[in-house]
Amino acid sequence: MFLALPIVVPLGTAIALHLLPQRTRLLRVVAFLGAVLSLAAAVAILVRTLSTGIQVLHVGSWPAPFGITLVADLFSALLVVMAAVVGVAVTGSSFAGVDPRREGLGYHPLIHVLLMGVSGAFLTGDIFNLYVWFEVMLIASFVLMSLHRTRTQLHAAFTYVGLNLLASAFLLTAIGLLYGQAGTLNFADLALAWPARRTAGLDAALSMLFLTAFGIKAGLFPLFFWLPASYHTPPAAVGALLAGLLTKVGVYAMIRVFTLLFRDPSASVYTAILVMSAITMVVGLIGAIGQHDLRRVLSFNLVGHIGFTTVGLALWTPAALGGSILYVLHHMLVISTLFLVSGLFLRQRRTTDLRALGGMYDAQPVVACLALVPLFALAGTPPLSGFIAKVAVVGAMIEARQYWLAAISLGVSLLTVLSMARVWEEAFWKPAPAGDHPVGRSETPRLGVAILAPVAFLVALTIGLTVAADPAYRVATRAAEQLIDPSGYVRAVLGEGMPRAAR
Amino acid sequence: MELLLAVVAGVLYAAGLYLMMRRRLAQLIIGLGLLSNGSNILILSAAGVTRARPPIITAPGMTADQFADPVPQSLILTAIVIGFGVLAFALVLAHRVHQSSGSDDIDTIGTEAATTPAQTPERA
Repeated sequence: MFLALPIVVPLGTAIALHLLPQRTRLLRVVAFLGAVLSLAAAVAILVRTLSTGIQVLHVGSWPAPFGITLVADLFSALLVVMAAVVGVAVTGSSFAGVDPRREGLGYHPLIHVLLMGVSGAFLTGDIFNLYVWFEVMLIASFVLMSLHRTRTQLHAAFTYVGLNLLASAFLLTAIGLLYGQAGTLNFADLALAWPARRTAGLDAALSMLFLTAFGIKAGLFPLFFWLPASYHTPPAAVGALLAGLLTKVGVYAMIRVFTLLFRDPSASVYTAILVMSAITMVVGLIGAIGQHDLRRVLSFNLVGHIGFTTVGLALWTPAALGGSILYVLHHMLVISTLFLVSGLFLRQRRTTDLRALGGMYDAQPVVACLALVPLFALAGTPPLSGFIAKVAVVGAMIEARQYWLAAISLGVSLLTVLSMARVWEEAFWKPAPAGDHPVGRSETPRLGVAILAPVAFLVALTIGLTVAADPAYRVATRAAEQLIDPSGYVRAVLGEGMPRAAR
Repeated sequence: MELLLAVVAGVLYAAGLYLMMRRRLAQLIIGLGLLSNGSNILILSAAGVTRARPPIITAPGMTADQFADPVPQSLILTAIVIGFGVLAFALVLAHRVHQSSGSDDIDTIGTEAATTPAQTPERA
């Protein structure tokens, strides 16, 4: 029952938000409380997974391969916690004011439906349910993206919807073919059944289908073009939610499915993942350098850094996968924070165009201090969390003797530093451009506690991840070991010594 | 029967993908619909087609070859429901995009050039 809480609590909150009297303040409080409860449940699951191993819930007490199973290994539990953290920050940021029209159109319930989909995708132990949770999450994100109904938002939402539906069709096709051959949908059961039934051709075709489907959702080169074309248009809080969570669900699904089903690291699909990850890093960061709008810079950075999170899968060592897991956690925090920071700019200057910004350091020293941490954590400057995650990933690359890959990663890190330093220089240090933007401490509107608190919360957690780098790295490596050797996962789901049903 | 369904699924995929690559809003939506129908038929045929045997155990002791596998049918049912909802949303979204931009060409709806329908380039 306990494992279902990160799904049940957002669902209950979403329903309650629809039924309650539609008073702004009440809705915000309930939405926030729901998110805090989800976080508490997620942390409880993580603590239990750390102390007693993989948690399994057979919904309705149907035994494993036949019913719906929820599973939390360390990887799932860590991501559920991070998703809930982003959820708390985003629902908290609504206290500073949401566009009333959007609030009336179901902004709060949709955020909770999205959080439910994300937690469901992280916790499910069944590949068809993974597809269903993907759709739950996507439909909520579609509506959140197009709520504003300005022309650019509608256009961006349409690109986003089209490409994501295409990815879902690919995923469904792959699941259909997989079921046709293996006769089961349960992850643990598949991990046992698939090696005996696979043929080389089908294996290659299926792994490529999964790679395409999850690659589109994660934003890997050459499938990422929908992402920078759409993520800069929604309001900052929605942008933070989408950027922090959705691509990471793609990465999660890719790692989960590949570590359970395609367990031959010499297969050509892993070469494809390796090359795609490397190109994603380079192309994403070169794209970021060429952009002038903060939110577009962030979107390209989001794409570029996805490469770091998938490269561990291709290297197939516990150290590399652990590094990538740590990178996912760090990146979820930092990119959400930066999207919320772009919201501060929007609130104050009505733009996120770096050329029109400037003088923020003079006008808003507190914002500058808050923004400094995520900007340079993303760039990977020591001692922040990005540096630690990058050391883990690059160290694993060198250990695996992939020197060219390590060189590319380091070059890309330099590009990230450049891109982040430019944001810092243009938005904070440069004197504000003369013109119709009023500047100076007295003239700019003050930013209240309500809008700064969610950013401060995420910044504090980023610093926390930096301070607790050693335990975090060890937990991530343990999570990676569980993924590389799935026998524990299979045993936890199917039970000790359960004979495989004769088929 | 499997061969026929395989051909049907293939044709639906091909037609769906072809339509999605045209730059028209309406054709993209129709393409999405065809694609999701194609994948439903693919699930049915990949899991094995059983003729005229309902997925119900009517008497005790029936063996697996005496009734159809219920799992692909329930998968397809779920996929149809999801596909229908998503398609309905996409249709409304396309309608709004068309209303706000006056064009159904995906390349021009994001640009200012598309504000009047007359400026949309003609296509055969």
